[in-house]
Amino acid sequence: MKQKIAIIDYGVGNVYSVYNSIFKLGYKVSISSTEEAIKTADFLILPGVGAFETAMNNLKAKKLDAMLTEEVVYKKKPLLGICVGMQMLSTVSEENGEHEGLNWIEGRVKKLSLPKGFSVPHVGWNDVHLAQKVPLFEKYVNQPHFYFDHSYHFRCDAKYIAATCDYGMAVIAAVQKDNIFGVQFHPEKSQTTGLKLFRSFFNQ
Amino acid sequence: MVVKNGIVVQSILYKKYLPVGKPHIAVEFLNQWGIDEIILLDISATKEERGPDVAMIRTLAKKCFVPLTVGGGVTNLDQVKELMSCGADKISINRKALVEPKFISMFAHEYGNQCVVVSIDVVGNKQSEYKVYDYLSGAHLDIDLVTWAQEVEEYGAGEIFLTAVERDGSYRGFDVELIDLISEKVDIPVIASGGAGNAEHFHHLFHMTSASAGCAANFFHFTEHSVNITKSHLVKKKLPVRLETHADYGENEFDREFRLRKKNDQVLEDMLFIRIEKEII
Repeated sequence: MKQKIAIIDYGVGNVYSVYNSIFKLGYKVSISSTEEAIKTADFLILPGVGAFETAMNNLKAKKLDAMLTEEVVYKKKPLLGICVGMQMLSTVSEENGEHEGLNWIEGRVKKLSLPKGFSVPHVGWNDVHLAQKVPLFEKYVNQPHFYFDHSYHFRCDAKYIAATCDYGMAVIAAVQKDNIFGVQFHPEKSQTTGLKLFRSFFNQ
Repeated sequence: MVVKNGIVVQSILYKKYLPVGKPHIAVEFLNQWGIDEIILLDISATKEERGPDVAMIRTLAKKCFVPLTVGGGVTNLDQVKELMSCGADKISINRKALVEPKFISMFAHEYGNQCVVVSIDVVGNKQSEYKVYDYLSGAHLDIDLVTWAQEVEEYGAGEIFLTAVERDGSYRGFDVELIDLISEKVDIPVIASGGAGNAEHFHHLFHMTSASAGCAANFFHFTEHSVNITKSHLVKKKLPVRLETHADYGENEFDREFRLRKKNDQVLEDMLFIRIEKEII
């Protein structure tokens, strides 16, 4: 049974990089914002490279926020948000003023405020510590590491935290609430480790 | 990766360019070798007054599973949008930042500063001599280097890609005085470039400066095992570097220039019978 993956195209985000990774793993994947593609997909990916405000505005302009809420929150379709895609799952973000997110996982996105010696943005590879046993990180024997590139981070209740990383403080690296997953790092840019994460997500 | 007229080249002092090969092959190899990130600079674009070669990026991005920063000829946000949608993760600007610094802010506002890399080329061999270099005209600009770096940060850059022009292609090692000067004065990550010739140069860089990253072109293209030898060396020196390979060179010997010595015949004989499973994801 070949799974259909839809990468949400909302005009912001490195969609092609995500597409390449998933394609390499052998899945049927499309980049789309049409109702048909989203409703018929088995898994959804919300990619993200960009500023929160632009991302949310674009999503709303294409009426994707309502459609996705229907598919993900009510019909329980698995969705993986990446970087800004994960931040959009929150209630509100403080990037360039206060902006509302999708509010699927209660939380706030704030700027990284770090001790001296830690540059912002948090750019580069970092080790990720698992907080709970979650399907996403099934395939790892040793401590996984991923590529991070962000200036803002998600703050939420401990029950939603799947993984953290150390960067001057404990930064939330991954969240999960039922069928909704978010990762602050970029699995599509984390070589083998990243590909394994995609495989785990689609193997659910 | 320096690309001129569609071919990856070896760059020497920003004056001489010798061909290395096709960009998508270089990207594929670098990925296989375990490189952490790739920066691709198209040095023909601005000279030819054209934008970036989007088709080339789309092709090589297919083989690139590490972050890809693309620079060369970027002058407007439409080009940024096009590049980001065909495989680039970050965009580097040089001339555009000098000519219109406000563009840095516009870019960062739309895409977030984590995508914005500003490239600064510097001539000079010591602090009293350092000057910002305009590669298009060859001029040594009359602006204070440190002030420019701090302004770039103020405008919204996420990272600074700092190149010591006089070390370019020299294999003499990084200009640690320059890198240290700038990385101490800004809070954003600094990527050091120019002069890398062996693994110890990287160790020296991270030991002497707070640079976040070290970059090499010729060294990684031409010297065998350079990527993994460098990483293994840094890991041995207890630096936090990603290393994902069964080959850690623990049994190897190196010569004075950090080049691999041939393993002795018995070790090679024993290796014939070791099975290494290819990892299937």
